[in-house]
Amino acid sequence: MTMQHIGGRDMPRAVQAPDGAAAGAATAEAFVPERRAVAGVSVRTMEIATSLCFAAAGAAAIWDSARLGAGWGADGPQSGYFPFWIGLLLVLAAAANLLPLARAARARGEDSGGPDAPAMFLTWEQARTVATVFIPTTIYVAAIPFTGIYVASAVLVAWFMARLGEFSVWRAVPSGIATALVAFVVFEIWFLVALPKGPLEEFLGY
Amino acid sequence: MPHMLSRRTLAMGLGGLAVAALGRGAAAQRSWEPNRPVQFIVPAGTGGGADQMARVIQGIVSKHSLMRQPMVVVNKAGGAGAEGFLEAKGARGNPHLLVITLSNIFTTPMATGVPFSWRDLTPISMMALDEFILWVNAQSPWQTTAEFIAAAKASRLRMGGTGSKQEDQIITAAITRATGAQFNYVPFRGGGEVAVQLVGRHIDSTVNNPIEAVTHWRSGALRPLCVFDSQRLSGTEKMTETMAWRDIPTAKESGLDVEYLMLRGIMGAPGITPAQVAFYVDLLGKVRETPEWRELMAQGAFNTTTMTGDAFRAWLEREETRHRTLMQEAGFLAGQS
Amino acid sequence: MEELGLLMQGFSVALQPENMMLMMVGIILGVLIGVLPGLGGANGIAILLPLTFAMSPVSAVIMLSCIYWGALFGGAITSILFNIPGEPWSVATTFDGYPMAQQGRAGEALTAAFTSSFVGAFVAVVMITFVAPIVAQFALRFGPPEFFAVMFLSFAAFVGMGRGSPVKTLMAMMLGFLLAAVGMDAMTGQLRMTFGQTEMIRGFDFLVAVIGLFGISEILSSIEDGLRFKGHKAKIDMKVVLRTWLELPRHWAIGIRSALVGCWMGITPAGATPASFMSYGIARRMSKHGKDFGKGRVEGVIAPETAAHAAGTSALLPMLTLGVPGSPTAAVLLGGLIMWGLQPGPMLFVEQKDFVWGLIASMYLGNIAGLLIVLVAVPWFAAILRVPFSIIAAIILVVCAIGAFTVNNAEFDIVLMLIFGIIGYVLKKLEYPLAPLVLALVLGDRTEEAFRQSLLVSEGDLTVFFHGWLSGSIMAAGIALLAWPLLTAIWPRRARPAAA
Repeated sequence: MTMQHIGGRDMPRAVQAPDGAAAGAATAEAFVPERRAVAGVSVRTMEIATSLCFAAAGAAAIWDSARLGAGWGADGPQSGYFPFWIGLLLVLAAAANLLPLARAARARGEDSGGPDAPAMFLTWEQARTVATVFIPTTIYVAAIPFTGIYVASAVLVAWFMARLGEFSVWRAVPSGIATALVAFVVFEIWFLVALPKGPLEEFLGY
Repeated sequence: MPHMLSRRTLAMGLGGLAVAALGRGAAAQRSWEPNRPVQFIVPAGTGGGADQMARVIQGIVSKHSLMRQPMVVVNKAGGAGAEGFLEAKGARGNPHLLVITLSNIFTTPMATGVPFSWRDLTPISMMALDEFILWVNAQSPWQTTAEFIAAAKASRLRMGGTGSKQEDQIITAAITRATGAQFNYVPFRGGGEVAVQLVGRHIDSTVNNPIEAVTHWRSGALRPLCVFDSQRLSGTEKMTETMAWRDIPTAKESGLDVEYLMLRGIMGAPGITPAQVAFYVDLLGKVRETPEWRELMAQGAFNTTTMTGDAFRAWLEREETRHRTLMQEAGFLAGQS
Repeated sequence: MEELGLLMQGFSVALQPENMMLMMVGIILGVLIGVLPGLGGANGIAILLPLTFAMSPVSAVIMLSCIYWGALFGGAITSILFNIPGEPWSVATTFDGYPMAQQGRAGEALTAAFTSSFVGAFVAVVMITFVAPIVAQFALRFGPPEFFAVMFLSFAAFVGMGRGSPVKTLMAMMLGFLLAAVGMDAMTGQLRMTFGQTEMIRGFDFLVAVIGLFGISEILSSIEDGLRFKGHKAKIDMKVVLRTWLELPRHWAIGIRSALVGCWMGITPAGATPASFMSYGIARRMSKHGKDFGKGRVEGVIAPETAAHAAGTSALLPMLTLGVPGSPTAAVLLGGLIMWGLQPGPMLFVEQKDFVWGLIASMYLGNIAGLLIVLVAVPWFAAILRVPFSIIAAIILVVCAIGAFTVNNAEFDIVLMLIFGIIGYVLKKLEYPLAPLVLALVLGDRTEEAFRQSLLVSEGDLTVFFHGWLSGSIMAAGIALLAWPLLTAIWPRRARPAAA
């Protein structure tokens, strides 16, 4: 699935972004509110990456639709008809979106060395904050198939409270367990909805 | 009421947990009984015929306390039910899982190539067979099946149905094969929608299940032409001023040699023990004894044939071959068109 | 008037203490179910259906329909507070409701949402009471071409007026259509764009996508500058309800228009979700402040909520009179009717007067009770915003994960939710509009289906959409709406020199 790449790859790719040189300056000037010499992923990099992903999705659709038959049968369009044209439009639109970016890049290449700092998509400072939430969330989602949703949720809530908030472990852990218990009672017992369960629930006979 | 959670019920719930954990080992042998909630997979969306039946069974089991553990209905409708069947197939040896099957246990793997068949599951019990009736709008000129077929031969008629390459379209293809009459098959999302499209005369005919169209029949909007069974329906109570279910001729009587019934059966995960199968066979037998079940059967004019064990297996075997032939002739098999 | 007499009789059924209690229980459960994204009204009712076996049909339907009202009310709560639509039809509510909450006007937005929901439902119930048979006949006129025309009108009302780059709008919308097409093609039964993956057979569920695109992405973007939610926290008490009420009558025109749109969409039956989008689009078009929509205008909350609730309520009408469900929830209720031994359809009004009029009376009472309950709770709901970030963020994540799972009972959907969260985060920061994506995702499937059904019915004749007067005029209205921006662009240029 092509979508996954959007999130998965842009961080490392951005590390090699041309503005990496300014990274040292960023810490010194961190107190200066935005503007100039703030290191991070530029909007341009992200624009290009996103457009390429869109184009890739479009291309995948075109390829699959051609397999199914993208023509117009006797009684209207075949299965692949709409996805084919939608995919094509998507590729074209992505190209149209890339064009001004490419032109701007060439123009800047000729000027060379203008002091204008590129607009930032995400500064490293921001990326670090986002990561404090994003990484635990990813681990949480990845853990659900193994631990079940209740155990994972209890850990997530406790972790957030203890690490991101100013709660002591003695308050965070019981809160996490309480959240999981409430969810368990509401879904498994009242509503009889089966949520993903892991070894702990298995052991308890559920 | 489920909303009133008191500290006591919570405590009881937790207590139950502990007891269940302790008692697990002991009750294993001989007469088996579920020791945790039973998941009941519905390989179709909420609100459809299979879902209704599953929820009726769930309701009956809890109302009459037929089982100590609760039954949990889970809809897995993706890919015309493929998702639900794959889940059941993957749960080898899990006795706490049931799946309600309809004709899509045959048609979905054949039409999509998704790898599963009834052999990947443990057949438990056939609960009933669902009938199909040929309906036309009451204002249409066709009074009999013969007139209808003659009209369809003269010019293509529009036949509405639920889903694509599933039972409704298979019947349509079978009619075409038997008579040479051509149809424009138009797939819709659900039986109720199909019936209303027919009442509104956006299509010319349908092969709805009785329960999907009965109300429009009674209000005088639709007319049944024939039923695709070897014998007439059993209901003798007058549904309209002149007709009862029993008065609808069979297709064969009307000179149309097409027969089709849809399976409503229950299966378990592959590799469960005979004791476990026996428990569910017994449980479902009790379900069929209840007045609620009889009511449902009467309402939907179901064919109340039931089977278990080898007879059921033989039936499945036969039907699978028949579906394969029907679908092959219609060009519905995966990779065929 | 025969209806009034029957209605009074219905009230006497609904007002029995036992039924009143079930009504309350239903509303509270419904609000809870509506608040939890994923576990929508349809699932909620399906889950509780077996419980109603032991009740009389009237009591059972009263409780279940009250769950439905509750879910309709409840869907707005998380949309406004956290940008997470609890139900598909409250997506449009997030567009202005969430900005209002960020400006510290959560109480106002909630009050406006609840009140307009009530108004929408009330208009629909009055319509059901007095003109049910006529309206039912109208619904019969809707074949595939008419259905496609309605879908086309929804798009036309919403598209072509967005801010930002047209190329990006196009890209977002095409992505939505593409995602909607993944999975089984309902017309031919072929698998599309699954690339042999069994997890892809299910396709992309709209709710899973929306929970990610709106909810998860909001959490990510809101913490960039520190671990807290953006926005002001205003002091909220019951006075905010009264203040908002004083302001609401000014928007009566939007209310009436949206209620009518809602009733129409509920009956046809296109459902509450397109109704809310269409009504939002029209309100934005007709408003003098159209440009400010999306930045926290109260009209942007009133329009979709009124329409959604009107549609949700009137969706029960085709279910009762024709046996065709106007919404997924109605589909489950329909199954319920059959289980209780009732036969939905034209005969129900004739043979089961007690049941039908008891239900209609409970619609009046249930909505009044629902409004009171949720309004009293407004300060509490709004107070959730004051819970520390570290607690509320974790709970939102857990609720979102559970919600994404319960839509289809699929673990993979939780992963999808996270991926959609990242996509939403990136797209929002790059100023891609998300609304066209969501609209295309929710309506794409049905639109394509209606289009291809129409062509099957007409044997490939493309002019089928203009054959009937009904589909023809809806299509014409859609084309006019699409052309509107062009017209208004040309008009002032011509008009100004003439005036000068």
